[in-house]
Amino acid sequence: MIAHTIFFYFFSFIAIFSALMVITSRSTINSVFFLILDFISIGCLFIMVGAEFLGMILLIVYVGAVAVLFLFVVMMLNVAQQKQSWFIGKKSTHIPSGLIVGVLIFLELLVVIGGWKYKEGIASSSSIIINKDISNTHQLGNVMYTDYILYFQLSGIILLLSMIGAIVLTYRKRENLKRQNYFTQISREKSSSIEIKKVEFDKGVKIDD
Amino acid sequence: MEYLNIFFQEIYKIIFLVIPVLVSVAMIVWLDRRVWGLVQKRKGPNVVGPFGVLQSLADALKFIFKEIIIPASANKVIFILAPIVTMTLALVAWAVIPMSEIHVLADINVGILYLFAISSLSVYGIIMGGWASNSKYPFLGAIRSAAQMVSYEVSIGIIIINVLLCVGSLNLTDIVLAQKNIWFVIPLFPMFIIFFISALAETNRPPFDLPEAEAELVAGYQTEYSGMMYAMFWLGEYANILLMCALGTILFLGGWLPPIDIYPLNILPAPLWMILKILFLFFLFAITKAIVPRYRYDQLMRLGWKVFLPVSLSYVVLTASFLVYFELLPTKGS
Repeated sequence: MIAHTIFFYFFSFIAIFSALMVITSRSTINSVFFLILDFISIGCLFIMVGAEFLGMILLIVYVGAVAVLFLFVVMMLNVAQQKQSWFIGKKSTHIPSGLIVGVLIFLELLVVIGGWKYKEGIASSSSIIINKDISNTHQLGNVMYTDYILYFQLSGIILLLSMIGAIVLTYRKRENLKRQNYFTQISREKSSSIEIKKVEFDKGVKIDD
Repeated sequence: MEYLNIFFQEIYKIIFLVIPVLVSVAMIVWLDRRVWGLVQKRKGPNVVGPFGVLQSLADALKFIFKEIIIPASANKVIFILAPIVTMTLALVAWAVIPMSEIHVLADINVGILYLFAISSLSVYGIIMGGWASNSKYPFLGAIRSAAQMVSYEVSIGIIIINVLLCVGSLNLTDIVLAQKNIWFVIPLFPMFIIFFISALAETNRPPFDLPEAEAELVAGYQTEYSGMMYAMFWLGEYANILLMCALGTILFLGGWLPPIDIYPLNILPAPLWMILKILFLFFLFAITKAIVPRYRYDQLMRLGWKVFLPVSLSYVVLTASFLVYFELLPTKGS
C-alpha cells in the first residue's frame, strides 16, 4: 500500500507540474513536450486505478498520434523561435479580451459546479453488473458492444464525419501537375519506350511530338 | 524490510533481462553486417574475436572514447534527451515479452497494447533528435521518419486486431498459448507478410530507411550526433528491430512453442525456441536489407495507406466473419 501511495503522488505531482509548465513555459516546443509528459503521467494514473485499457489507449492515441501531429505543426511553423511578446508589448489588445473571456468562463463554471447536485441513488441506478472475475478490458467490451452500442456507433460516425470534413477542407485540385502512375511506370516495355531513329547527316530528328 | 526484498528481487530480474538484451543487440549488429557482407560476396567483419563476433564490442569501445559534440545552435536539453528516449523506450518494451510460460518479467493483461504504445512512442526519439539538431538534414529525416512510422503503425494495429480476434485476450502469454494447435502464420499468412513489411518500415530498416537515406539526407536525424550518443541511437534502433522480431514471433510463429509437440523437438527448452524464431525473423530482416533497393518516398506512403490499410482491414472482416460463421470465436481464456 505504501508503494502504491508513493507512486500515486509521484505521477500526480508530475502531471500537475507538467500541466503548469505547458501554460507557463516560454518556448512552444517545450510546451508540447510537457503536454506529452502530462499525457504519459495521466496514463500511468489510469493504469494505477485499474483502468489499464484506458491508460494504454490514451498513450497510443494521444501520445502516439495526436501529440506527434502537434509537434509537427509547432516545428513546421517555427513558432519555437518566436518569443511570446503578448505580455511585453505596450499596445497589447490580447490581455483585455483574454481576461474577459477567462472571467466569463470562470463564472460559468462557478454557476454550473456550484449548482451541481447528484441525483439521488445514482450509484445504485447503474444497471451494469461488474463481474470481478474477468479483466477490465473484457468488461469494457461487454458493456460497450451491448448496452451502449448506439453511442459507440455514433461516436464512430462523428469521427468519420470529422475525417471527411478535414479531407474536404484541405483538398484542392491542382492543374498542370505531373502525376506519377505506378502501373505505367512498372509496366513500361522496351518496345513502347525506345525507338531507334535513323539520323540523316546534317538534318537532326524531331522528337517528343 | 519486505518491500526492500521485493525491490531487490525485481531489480535482479530486470538486470537479468536487460543485460542479455543488450548483449544480443551487439551480436545482432554483427550478424546483420555479416549477412550483408556474405550476400555481397564480401567477408564482413571477421577480425575481432572468432568470426569477428566481438566487432560490436570493439565499436562500442571506440564510441565511448570519442568526443560528444553538441552543435552550438542546438537545443541542448532536447538534443541530449533524444538518444536517451530512444534507447530507454527500446529497452522498456522488453518487460512484457514472454520467453516461456514462466520466463516473463511483467505478465500484464494488456501486454500487446503496452507493446503497441511503446512502439508508437519511439517516434519521439527521432523527432526530438531531428528537431533539436537545428539543421536541415536531420529535420527532413525526422519529418520523413515520423510520417512513415505513424502511417505504418496503423496497419500494424489492424494486423494485431486480426490476431486478437483469433485469441480473445490481450495477454501475450495467452496469445502464444492459443497457437498450440496451429501457428497463426498459416491461417493468417497474408497478414504475416504485411506485418513483416510494416515492421521493416516501422523500424526504418531498408528498403524503407528513407529517414537516413545517405544519398539525400547524409544520415538523416542522426547527422549531428557523435560518440556515445550516436551509439545509443544505434543500439535503440537495433533493440527495436529485435523487439519487432519478438513481436512477430509471438503473434505469428507461436512464441516459445515447438513446431510440433513430439519428442526430439520438445526437449529443447522453451526460451531457446523463442530465440531461434527471433533469429530466423532477424535473418529475414538482414537478407531484405541486402537484396532490396530503397523505396521512393511517395511509393512508401502509397504502400502504407493505399495497399496495406485496405488489405488488412478487409482481412479483419474476413477473419471475423469466418470465426462467427463457423462458431470458432474464442471465449475468454481459450
